[in-house]
This record gives sequence, C-alpha cells and structure tokens, in this order.
Amino acid sequence: MFEMTKNVLQNLMGKSSTRLYPFTKRETFERFRGTLDINVDECIFCGTCAKKCPSQCIEVDIKGRTWTCDSFACVYCSNCVEACPVQCMFMTPVTKPPAGEKDVIFYKGKPKEPKEKKAKAAKE
Amino acid sequence: MRTILPFGPQHPVLPEPIHLKLVVEDEKVVEALPNLGYVHRGLEKLTDIRDYNQMVNIVERVCGICSCIHSLNYCEAMEEMLKIEVPQRAHFLRVMWGEIHRIHSHLLWLGLFADGFGFESLFMQFWRIRERAMDLMEATAGNRVVISTNIVGGVRKDITPDMKTWILSEIDKTETEVRALEKTILEDYTVKQRCCGKGVLTKEQAHMLGAVGPMLRGSGWAQDARQTGYAAYGQLDFEPVVEYDGDSYARSKVRFREVYASCDLVRQALAKMPEGEISTKVKGKPEGEVWRRVEQPRGELYYYLKGNGSKNLDRVRIRTPTFANIPPLLAMLPGCELADVPVIVLSIDPCISCTER
Repeated sequence: MFEMTKNVLQNLMGKSSTRLYPFTKRETFERFRGTLDINVDECIFCGTCAKKCPSQCIEVDIKGRTWTCDSFACVYCSNCVEACPVQCMFMTPVTKPPAGEKDVIFYKGKPKEPKEKKAKAAKE
Repeated sequence: MRTILPFGPQHPVLPEPIHLKLVVEDEKVVEALPNLGYVHRGLEKLTDIRDYNQMVNIVERVCGICSCIHSLNYCEAMEEMLKIEVPQRAHFLRVMWGEIHRIHSHLLWLGLFADGFGFESLFMQFWRIRERAMDLMEATAGNRVVISTNIVGGVRKDITPDMKTWILSEIDKTETEVRALEKTILEDYTVKQRCCGKGVLTKEQAHMLGAVGPMLRGSGWAQDARQTGYAAYGQLDFEPVVEYDGDSYARSKVRFREVYASCDLVRQALAKMPEGEISTKVKGKPEGEVWRRVEQPRGELYYYLKGNGSKNLDRVRIRTPTFANIPPLLAMLPGCELADVPVIVLSIDPCISCTER
C-alpha cells in the first residue's frame, strides 16, 4: 500500500510531467515528418510522387505545370519524398497548425524552358 | 429474472466499439453475445487499386498500436514471395522497432487496465513511462505511432551510433521506472481484489478455443510466434513469458513481464547489430501465394497474400489476435459478476479496429 508513497512525493515535489501547451511547445526531433512541402522551381512535374502516394493526395498536372496536395488527406509517410527523382520535396519537422477550413497546398511552376536545339532553331 | 443488458459500443472503459449483449440473472452474467462491425473500413479490398508497395502503408493502418509489426509481417511475406534477401542489419532494426512498439503497446494496455478498475493514478504513471518509447520512435523513425519504417526490401532509416547510446539509456530508464511500479500492480490489495480469479480461462479451454498471445501464455502454454525465429529473433536469446493461473491477474502479469523481455530484446538486437546496408532493391512482380505469422503485443498475427503477377495483389487476408481471442472471451464471461465484465473484457486487450479491418 505504501509502495506508491515515494512516487507520490516525487510527483508533488518534482517537476511537472506535462507542459502548458500553447505557451510552452515541445521541441520536435530532427527526423520528425511534420509538414510536406516542395521546392517547385526544381520540380520537373514527372508525377512520380502522385503515383507513389498511398493516399493519393497529390495531383500533378504536367501540361499546366501545377502541383496540388490535399494536406488533410496526406498520411505523412514520406514515400513521395524518397521517390522524387530530382529531390525537390522535403518534410520539415514542424507540426501543422490546426486549421479551420480545408487546406490545399497549390503551386504553379514556371513554364517549361525550350530545349537548346529547339531554341537555336527558333533563333535561326 | 433474466434481463438483457447492452455493454458498449460506447462504454467508459472501452477504448473501441464492441457491443456485447449480456444476459444477466440478477447480478450474474449467464450469456454474452458479441456484435461487431462498427468500424469496418475495407482495407483488404484496397489491394485492387493500390500496388504492393503502397499496401505497406495501408496494412500499417489496420491498427495504430501495433502498426510496425503489421508492416513487418506484410514485408516479410512479400519478400518471401518476391524471393528477396534482406540485409541482416535491416532484420535487427526491424526487431528493435518491433520491440519498442511492444513496450509502448503493453504500457498503454497496463494503463488502460488500471483505469478500467478505477486506479487512475497508476494509469498516469504507466502512460508517463510510455512517453519514452514514443519519443524513441519519433527520433529514430520519424513518427510517434504509425512509424512507416518498414518497406519491401528492408527498412527506411538507419540509426546513428549517437542514437544507439541514447536508445540504450532510454530503455534502461524505462525498465527502472517500470520496475518501480511492479509492486503496485502485482501486489496491491485493490488490484488483487479486482483481478484475481476473474475471468478464468483454463489450460484446456485456451487450447480448444484457440486463444493467442498473452491469453494463451497466461493460461500456461509456452507458445510465442517469436520462437519461430522470423526477422532476427532466431539470433537472439528469447524465452516466452508464462503464467499458470489463467485469470485476468495472470494475463496482466504476462504483459507486465513482457515489457522486461522486450527491453532485453532491444538491448540484444542493438548489441548484435551488424554494419552494412539497410535495404535492397526490389525487382519483379509478386506471383504465387504465401502465408506468414508473427507475434504482436496482443498475440499471433496471420497474413495470407496471393499475387497474380501484376503489381496489385489478388488477395490480402489478415487474421488479427483479437479476432482469435473473442471466442475465449465469450467462454470467460458466463458466471461472472456484472461489475467484473469491464475488467474481463479489458484483460483480452480488445482491438476492434484490428478485428474488423
């Protein structure tokens, strides 16, 4: 019966195990998969990320050069990040803040630059 | 006089929705009839539209608490079908994460069990210790519960030497903290009053009704799927934890002592881990059929996979431990007091989203 007494005293005297959440936030670890984002300038719009995604939350339009992610459907597995051939996607160790409405990440890339040969031909 | 009382689907002690129709005579339970199907999600059918690599993430979501071991089983079965040799380091890393997962699951259950018979302070103690296991998973694999670390062909992340020492120190701390609670849960008067002799499952019944995991081992059978030596378990020293009384108390004892066994296995896996690659390249498409079983915190988990030579599997059949443990539960309930029903139901560690998938 008195086994817990030591523990109870420790709990009373010691530091609290919990945090006052909105004021003190816990530091996340380096490897934590918190938020998915993309560096759209480097993206080649190949659509590999959309093919690998198990929840099919990513849509890539090759012609329109847009990248859309329904971040509420994302399961943060980082399959897309590992599959990306140009490694332009990354996961930051920051938890997404609570949102009041549906959040869709939308990026429009730069229009495709013409290849060198075609550019030369156009000049001539 | 006979009365029918509904127990669940929403009940203060039940973490998940199961409905039990209890036929009671005064205060004694005479019969129990289960009603399932509240959280069926059709995960097995998803094989039609998701390829076998994406299925790893889907089978992980069968159950949150043992997600890592679900994906371990699926990946091992898939590797057997594709005839891939996985690097040794990956096997040891899988064991490490599986055992950390087991620690977290058992501590979660022990807390819920304490809460089930009204010992809220003990519940808080267990969940505070569990936080260490969660931090270990977040730091090493990248998430707290559904860690998505196993892939077909190996594992995703490696651990650094710094992490290794940190994991060992955290495991030591977990063990000392759990040991401090040993007397409270195993020798306390209140706990004994609430658990001893409640929901007795005899040795013969356990065998006949096909109980698995701590249910089976609490009734005196030394059977554990880890003895089959899947992943790297064949290279580690391991003995199943057995108790002989077959009541709720024996089952909680088994789970409590398994936390120590898991701590020991993590240490062994880290000590014997060889250097090298952590994954191999996967080629080919699955064809044929394969079944495999592993030990989850709750018991034995079966996977049956059938491939047809395309990237989508034909069939994924999962039999989870709670599914096997429901018939023994129904055998335990008749004859008990109505007030003991929550303790008995919790003592099988029900995971209904596992059962229904």
